[in-house]
Amino acid sequence: MNCTEARLLLHAHIDGELDAANSLEVGRHLKTCTACAAENASLQSLRTALRGADLNYQAPASLRTDVRQFMRDLEPEATRPAVQLQWLWKWLALGLAATALAVVSLRPTGISERDTQLNEVVASHVRSLQAEHLMDVASSDRHTVKPWFDGKLDFAPDVQDFAAQNFPLIGGRLDYLDGHAVAGLVYRRNKHLINVFVWPTTGPMKHETEARRGFSIIRFTAKGMHYCLVSDLNPTELGELAGLLEK
Amino acid sequence: MYSAGNKIAGRAVWRKRKRIVSATEPEQFERVVLPHLDAAYNLARWLAGNDHDAEDIAQEACVRAFRFIGGHRGGDARAWLLAIVRNTAFSWLKKNRPRAVVSIDDGEIAELEDPTVAAGVFNGADRNVLRAALEALPLEFREAIVLRELEGLSYKEIAEIAEVPVGTVMSRLARARRQLQNHFARKGDGQ
Repeated sequence: MNCTEARLLLHAHIDGELDAANSLEVGRHLKTCTACAAENASLQSLRTALRGADLNYQAPASLRTDVRQFMRDLEPEATRPAVQLQWLWKWLALGLAATALAVVSLRPTGISERDTQLNEVVASHVRSLQAEHLMDVASSDRHTVKPWFDGKLDFAPDVQDFAAQNFPLIGGRLDYLDGHAVAGLVYRRNKHLINVFVWPTTGPMKHETEARRGFSIIRFTAKGMHYCLVSDLNPTELGELAGLLEK
Repeated sequence: MYSAGNKIAGRAVWRKRKRIVSATEPEQFERVVLPHLDAAYNLARWLAGNDHDAEDIAQEACVRAFRFIGGHRGGDARAWLLAIVRNTAFSWLKKNRPRAVVSIDDGEIAELEDPTVAAGVFNGADRNVLRAALEALPLEFREAIVLRELEGLSYKEIAEIAEVPVGTVMSRLARARRQLQNHFARKGDGQ
């Protein structure tokens, strides 16, 4: 690889966007070329400066207030169908239900609500692994994590630390799944992070183990709560944590 | 500001859609949009260059986000919202500051092609100096840097938001960083 090639690929390299083969090549080139190595150091220092300087602007309070007001203005209309339309709605609903039934029975492998939720769980897990999004409250102390949820959720999740069983609790986070706020508990097994989403049950859910996009997912209902565990950990070990939570 | 004008705009949007709006849409809006309001404002602020216009753009983007909320199918909510903010900001800029939106030539990478020169190591600077350096970048370069370094998005996400190929994202980032390096070399902050 020559310097001209290396200079362009260097950016993808430091952004972690380069494929393995090219990344190796760039790494090799940097070992032998002092000018490119210096450029690499310069770019790294620029990145450190940009990321360390807290350059993000926060939304002003007035924007938040206005958006909330905008939503309040909408809601009454949302829940108030015009009287003369009520029958139309009923027929439409019936038609939709019939269509839905037909779709479900004709395409048993189609995209279900369950699929959507599993995808959402994985997306939430992946997002949480991005810098500074994992935890709102970092603590291995369940007495710190549990009260933190007070006032943020309309239910109190059961927060336990399983450090003794090699699943230390490392923090908590507020998250959204399926349209409602859920408690996100973060556990660790060795290098693997585990997100445990907890929300009040609306009916029993079968104990299920799933794999999706390389992540293991376990879902079950216990103590009036839905639990959904997601991690890149293998299903067997994730099952151990599920067992502890289920007790 | 928001007050009468935009609220009316928002209601008008609602009325137009009333027949097909479901009761879950406000809830979906709350779940998808509200957690990313800071990110939305941040991008608007960097593209607009001042607080007042940024707030107008962010508000307009939220109204649009509500209109399109049914089109959000899972995917990353933040990237989805940022694409709307980006489009809103560019429309706003084209209308109000047409001279700010001058398309850059993405084929031009000459400024990268002297591989014998390396910029110095940059030893940090205060926030205002860095902000001024970013402000001085052409719009598309600033956008790429903000999405990559401040929002931490991937090339693919940035490409979707800016509606350009991934290769263009890479070359914009390279050129933006080179301009920043030059900026600090001239100012004597680097080395």
